[in-house]
Amino acid sequence: MTSTGETTVTTQVYRVHIKATPEAIWDAITKPEWTDKYGYGGRAEFDLRPGGAYRGLASESMRSAGAPEVAVDGEVVEADPPRKLVTTWRMVMDPEMAAEGFTRLTWEIEEGQGGVTKLTVIHDLEGAPKLAALVSGEMEDMGAGGGWSWVLSDLKTLLETGKPLEG
Amino acid sequence: MMAGMTDDDRVFKALADPTRRFLLDRLFERDGRTLTELEAELEMTRFGVMKHLRVLEEAGLVVARRSGRAKLHFLNPVPIRLIHDRWIDKYTERRVSALAELKTELEEEMA
Repeated sequence: MTSTGETTVTTQVYRVHIKATPEAIWDAITKPEWTDKYGYGGRAEFDLRPGGAYRGLASESMRSAGAPEVAVDGEVVEADPPRKLVTTWRMVMDPEMAAEGFTRLTWEIEEGQGGVTKLTVIHDLEGAPKLAALVSGEMEDMGAGGGWSWVLSDLKTLLETGKPLEG
Repeated sequence: MMAGMTDDDRVFKALADPTRRFLLDRLFERDGRTLTELEAELEMTRFGVMKHLRVLEEAGLVVARRSGRAKLHFLNPVPIRLIHDRWIDKYTERRVSALAELKTELEEEMA
């Protein structure tokens, strides 16, 4: 809190409603054959227990453009399938973002009515302004992708139509 | 026949009001604000601001989350992204391809 009573919030929140079961969404977040199909692509590796390792591998197209094998790393904080997944999350592809250290990412999955499931992504980006710019989609014009909005839009399309946006 | 209000209808309806666009702009500048903070930006009763926030929440453009005792309002850009990706891209792509065709035709005429 500052003297004016303003709060400084470094959290970003994204929400999308998807016509799919919570289990299907859980799989799309945690299974490598799914994570490779939308957003930035690349296979995710999760050891789904507290303290377990998380690695987001660079996609084939990123690697052929010179990216390292591992794009994101972190640790599982909480895994409650198919409802909640909390991990630490560090972008290691970019040295400046890697230097900002670990952030905290939460996925909340909530079953709604009519076969529609609510998916909320909460990214706590305290001390990570560069990563905050990337995941907000601010750097899309520089070819850095559209951040979480783009990832969730693509995930919705994939789960509802069987095909990703650019597929 | 239109089958009731769709998600897109709610987004367009929410965006059709200048006060609600003003609230979204304030959250874009600084995210995660309380009702009291947002109310201070407007010449409007607390109840009026609450009503606008409710419409924005129903459209999914604002997500409210508790943080300790405070209820914070976050801008959720995903519904706008969905409209962009599914609806606007469709027309801009068509325009771009029409321009590309025109260019090819003109160049062929010149050759």
